[in-house]
Amino acid sequence: MAEGVVSTATKIAEEQGLEEVTEVTVRIGELQQIEHEVFSFALEQLRTPVMKNAKFVLETIPGKLRCRACGKEWLFSPEALGDEVSEAIHFVPEVAHVYVKCPSCGSPDFEIIEGRGVILASIKGVKGSD
Amino acid sequence: MIDPRLEIIGKRLGKIGKIVAVSSGKGGVGKSMVAAILALTLRREGFSVGLLDLDFTSPSSHVILGVEGLYPEEDKGIVPPLAHGIMYMSITYYSLDKPAPLRGSDVTDAIIELLAITRWGELDYLVIDMPPGIGDATLDLLRLVKGISFLVVTTPSMVAFETVRKLLVLLHELGISIIGVVENMVMQPSRQIRSQVERIGQRYLGEIPFDKELEGALGDVERLMGTGFASSLKKIAGDVQQRLN
Repeated sequence: MAEGVVSTATKIAEEQGLEEVTEVTVRIGELQQIEHEVFSFALEQLRTPVMKNAKFVLETIPGKLRCRACGKEWLFSPEALGDEVSEAIHFVPEVAHVYVKCPSCGSPDFEIIEGRGVILASIKGVKGSD
Repeated sequence: MIDPRLEIIGKRLGKIGKIVAVSSGKGGVGKSMVAAILALTLRREGFSVGLLDLDFTSPSSHVILGVEGLYPEEDKGIVPPLAHGIMYMSITYYSLDKPAPLRGSDVTDAIIELLAITRWGELDYLVIDMPPGIGDATLDLLRLVKGISFLVVTTPSMVAFETVRKLLVLLHELGISIIGVVENMVMQPSRQIRSQVERIGQRYLGEIPFDKELEGALGDVERLMGTGFASSLKKIAGDVQQRLN
């Protein structure tokens, strides 16, 4: 996923004519269960020349779920799921529908309102002089 | 707000020679069997092959191949394990034997996720076992996978072929490569499906007779490859290779 962030940010920098990227903000959904330290390390390893001095800002977005059957909203809590299930959701967040049920009516038919995926939220940089 | 996964899908698939989606307009026509045996046939002919089961709500290729106790390796993404020499990827590694009730938007997200994180490396062929119909999964693959070719499966029933015809027309209108049509579960000789396929300008690749031994061979690859089904598909696989080259 870090590869996708760096690759996308580099492409945007080229498209926008940025000479240097100074800051990249990434929003990480809680369902993805990515440790900031591990993700930062991966981003550091993948830095491209245009972002050699860029600051990576990582924000976690809490997992917010809404039942389509009864309308109940609740927060995703990976602690209750166990390691094996947490790892499965980490790789493919949609398998949350296999293991998580609405706490009110028990339905697996819920919507992930927030907290899914890794999103490149913004990049800041300095434009070239031409 | 940009989804960075979309940027790396092309790279993940970039070292694959040919990508073949085994598809149909309808379920129950034997897509998974054709996809699994096609992958095994190509592997036994010396090609490097991957098999991706994209039928998330009703995955079955793991049952056909008898895949148990395997799990992908995490290494800058995930690397599918080898099942009978095939790099094999399925949502069942993560959903286990439990039902995965997914709506269309979830199917789309799961497809993007698997395409973005799976590291196939260099392959001659990637065979994709598709869910039936012309819904989200088909539209997503058309959007995300460049250079994909479709191998379409029908049965002799006009009920099945009517849905297949719509799939073929859609693919043709979109300019997508169609390898041809396989007629599966043939119980008595008839030219009906062949003539219907040819009438819409597509290629009829051949028939696979109904094989009553097939069910008993599920999960046992050696027995599967000794069935009449496998020998019929072997002839068709040769044609598939020719059409793709």
